[in-house]
Amino acid sequence: MGFKSFCFKKSLWVFHFGGASCNNCDIEILDCLTPRHDLERFGILLVGSIRHADVLLVNGSINKRDKDRLLEIYNQAPKPILVVAIGACGCTGGIFAEGITFAGPVDKIIPVDAYIPGCPPKPEAIIGGIVKLLNK
Amino acid sequence: MAVYLFYFFIFPGLLFAAVTGAFLSWFDRKITARVQFRKGPPLLQPFYDFFKLVLVKETILPKHGSPFMFLMSPVFAVFGAAMAAVFILLPLFNITTGFKGDLLVIFYLLTIPSFSYIMGALASGNPLAAVGGSREMKLILSYELTFLLVIAGIIMKCGQQFDLYTIIQTQQSGSSFIGSISGVLLFITGIFCIQAKLALVPFDMPEAEAEITEGIFIEYSGAAYGFIKLAKYIMFFILPSFLIALLMNGFNLSGWGILWTVLKVILVVLLLTLIRNTNPRVKIKQAISFFAVWMNLLAVIAIVLIAFGY
Repeated sequence: MGFKSFCFKKSLWVFHFGGASCNNCDIEILDCLTPRHDLERFGILLVGSIRHADVLLVNGSINKRDKDRLLEIYNQAPKPILVVAIGACGCTGGIFAEGITFAGPVDKIIPVDAYIPGCPPKPEAIIGGIVKLLNK
Repeated sequence: MAVYLFYFFIFPGLLFAAVTGAFLSWFDRKITARVQFRKGPPLLQPFYDFFKLVLVKETILPKHGSPFMFLMSPVFAVFGAAMAAVFILLPLFNITTGFKGDLLVIFYLLTIPSFSYIMGALASGNPLAAVGGSREMKLILSYELTFLLVIAGIIMKCGQQFDLYTIIQTQQSGSSFIGSISGVLLFITGIFCIQAKLALVPFDMPEAEAEITEGIFIEYSGAAYGFIKLAKYIMFFILPSFLIALLMNGFNLSGWGILWTVLKVILVVLLLTLIRNTNPRVKIKQAISFFAVWMNLLAVIAIVLIAFGY
């Protein structure tokens, strides 16, 4: 593992994109940053601006209006960026998969590096997914 | 010539101040984590952040803005911070610059990073960055007078001496300035000025993460943001050491003095971190009235006390 990728993996800054979510995944993502799980010990920070992000977390079902926003956010991100789809809605569409406003799961819109299924996934599952992403 | 370049790039300047400041910023994050009952980042985290930003990430230039100004302002910030580091740290390490009046130069150099952040923010063409830039401008207007009053108090206390080396020598041969009532008042005022200069939490409205999403730095990415981080690391070390030079006896680099020196720096940084962690962000209006009324009042009281010899 080179020095560059080592530094990259040690300092992942996360930008959180919430689609048409029911908020359960958002709560579980925030739970990762709380004292019990504390992702900052791996150098993972939640940042406010997409320009600082290394990881784009997408959760919730992506509907037709979200699609343009998601593409815009993805194009604004400095590369290399990792995209993680969280929750059943982000991975496959979940119960919204056949809705009329549904615009496809995340990987139909932007390339996805990791999927973390669950409705909602537990914080442990999110951490497990990120560890798998880092070891890829 | 070579020795000046060495001063600027290696020893008290860029490299030394940045490395020490990076460790101090790790300390700040670790204490923040411990205050919130978390575990906190590993020791080398600031270095990982910096090298990731500089080596790995792409730098995006603004389309509706001035790319040249946008890219130059982090460089100006690092330059100003490193220059201030040279002027502050040389007297602290007992090397006289032979320059009478360097206090005022230090005062101006310390404002260069804030000004270049404003220039970069306004050059990025982002409305949130413009909001952050205007807030930073108001913050500078409010704390600069107070900071100047603190320095004026120190100059009066030292008997109209304008250079840092003499101020440190006066304290080391006599007693440190913080041991008097006026010294304590100046220390309180100085701590709040540093808090505002570093844009830490009660006064972090220029980069308010939750409301204007990093404000002045919103458009920065990659190496440009890495340079801003570098300037912040340097400022995080030199501002506490400036306060130590003014009020707390300076650095002492012989025997057990080294331990005391390290403890003094850590104590000031700890104080900044605790203020940061136990306060909410104030509105810009509150910050201006806090400095313009209360902190100025405190500094003026301290100066009056100094005039009466306390």
